[in-house]
Amino acid sequence: MNEPSPAPLSEQEMIRMEKVHKWYGTFHVLKDINLTVRKGERIVVCGPSGSGKSTAIRCINRLEEFQRGRIVVDGQELSNDVKQIEQIRREVGMVFQHFNLFPHLTVLENCTLAPIWVRKLPRRQAEDIAMRYLERVKIPEQAGKYPGQLSGGQQQRVAIARSLCMNPKIMLFDEPTSALDPEMIKEVLETMVTLAEDGMTMICVTHEMGFAKTVAHRVIFMDGGEIIEENEPEEFFTHPQSDRTKLFLSQILHN
Amino acid sequence: MAETRIPRSDPPPASTIGVFGWLRRNLFSSPFNIALTLLASYLLYLAVPPLLRWALLDATWSGDSREACQANSGACWVFIRVHFEQFMYGFYPETQRWRVNTALLLLILGAAPLFAHAVPNKLKARWGLGLLVVYPLVAFVLFKGGLFGLPVVDTSRWGGLLLTLVIAGVGMTAALPLGILLALGRRSQMPAIRTLCTTFIELWRGVPLITVLFMSSVMLPLFLPAGVNFDKLLRALIGITLFQSAYMAEVVRGGLQAIPKGQFEAAAALGLGYWKTMALIVLPQALKLVIPGIVNTFIALFKDTSLVLIIGLFDLMNIVHNATTNPAWLGFSTEGYAFAAAVYWLFCFSMSRYSQNLEKRLYTGHKR
Ligand SMILES: Nc1ncnc2c1ncn2[C@@H]1O[C@H](COP(=O)(O)OP(=O)(O)OP(=O)(O)O)[C@@H](O)[C@H]1O
Ligand SMILES: [Mg+2]
Repeated sequence: MNEPSPAPLSEQEMIRMEKVHKWYGTFHVLKDINLTVRKGERIVVCGPSGSGKSTAIRCINRLEEFQRGRIVVDGQELSNDVKQIEQIRREVGMVFQHFNLFPHLTVLENCTLAPIWVRKLPRRQAEDIAMRYLERVKIPEQAGKYPGQLSGGQQQRVAIARSLCMNPKIMLFDEPTSALDPEMIKEVLETMVTLAEDGMTMICVTHEMGFAKTVAHRVIFMDGGEIIEENEPEEFFTHPQSDRTKLFLSQILHN
Repeated sequence: MAETRIPRSDPPPASTIGVFGWLRRNLFSSPFNIALTLLASYLLYLAVPPLLRWALLDATWSGDSREACQANSGACWVFIRVHFEQFMYGFYPETQRWRVNTALLLLILGAAPLFAHAVPNKLKARWGLGLLVVYPLVAFVLFKGGLFGLPVVDTSRWGGLLLTLVIAGVGMTAALPLGILLALGRRSQMPAIRTLCTTFIELWRGVPLITVLFMSSVMLPLFLPAGVNFDKLLRALIGITLFQSAYMAEVVRGGLQAIPKGQFEAAAALGLGYWKTMALIVLPQALKLVIPGIVNTFIALFKDTSLVLIIGLFDLMNIVHNATTNPAWLGFSTEGYAFAAAVYWLFCFSMSRYSQNLEKRLYTGHKR
């Protein structure tokens, strides 16, 4: 993996989470989450299972609602207005652990659906864009196949291409490699590194510490619904501050 | 002492292949199976030869009156021959029957591309949708007349297979979209819509169709102001459509529930709104899953059309029944009902086969 060029980060804020709290019924999942992500910044979020990592990033594109605090994405504050939420979702791509490709559509149709129906691009133009991104994730030859005919790694790369076709300003990744076999993890991570090299703003929930070290500007550690620690990757791995972080790191590094 | 063996492939034992192998595996594999096979053979022996004798060997095929049948002890198919036109068109005026034939021809021509293998699925879907919108209008104008110089044929004169197909066709094409809307409504986030749809579904599912038809023809006019009197067929159509849409809604809901949450989330994350998510992502998958259930409902609907008999509409069933009570042709009800049964079976079986074919064609290689 090549290290992305350390271009200076702009000061422009892409995401701002302020004192965000969320409850599932009476269960307090997110406790006072504060996070600012600048344009081009790459954040890796890690933490034990059930610590609220997915919930936190799913609040950013409002797949989950939150009860207290505020979130501003690309200058727009999230509200309950459906139109505004859809507006923000166009600018925020998301990649899921289980790909969530549309099984009844071909790879190409998966990629052109949203550009055609949401961005209102002409079909030809949408297809050109889709082919460009499929080439970038190195599977243009699979364009006519159905997702069920691809390997897991290929499916995840299609899912990344599908998000990119909407030309998003921010990409969210929720454990994109944890449902994959080791040899497929590499191909997906490589795709993500090329994205990073292009200066995409990224938040990535992952336990791939190699990826975090080479790509992330900051690593965030969550436990029990709180952000326990955040630091530059170098510092984070070599000098973890809290005991919980130390315990967590020792567990994942031993596996 | 070690011996080197060359692996060879032997033919399987003779007792496991060919006709005998098949018989042994499927009919004589255990004492219980042997007993069942013998019993079934005996029942077939009892039933089939007399049936064949009645329906084919001893049957009368030619002639134009009941006298022709007296010589033979088997079925009198002359009864069907003589009444055939009536069974097909009901009391539709003879001089105007070409209109029905034209409509049928148009349907066959219009539907042909849907069965052609060369046409891609996408195009088929579009063509089919267009046909669903245009064809009913064309057919209605042809049947009813009153436009383009066609004399009016009142709906009370429509009958026989024509009426059965009109009721079934309208029932199916209207019940499916309505059922989809009801199913979506029942799963809606909005409590008012959800309650409304749930109540509607449970209400209609809870009453027998025969009651619905009876109410539509006997009770409804009592509530309408005097002078307002709309078509009996139309009332029956509305009753049947609403009734079947409630069943359809539950079938479709089953499909909607089978779609993983991830599909909704992926669609939402791409910025698709509710209706686009449903129309482009969820329904295509959900409907494909429940094709067997939809066709099941269609088949039930097709056969239930015969209940319009109780409100005095002469569908295939009723017109056959009517012919058997004709004093000139008393005593041939077996032939009449056998014919009606064969026609119903033909249509229902075709639907079943078509749906199996459709499922195969829509398969995209994913299993959940
Ligand atoms: N829909 C829900 N209703 C109730 N509780 C939920 C729901 N979704 C998640 N939770 C709970 O919220 C907590 C945080 O879940 P979340 O999925 O965000 O964890 P995570 O950090 O992403 O874990 P993992 O690493 O296993 O993906 C968990 O304890 C989970 O049980
Ligand atoms: Mg998670």
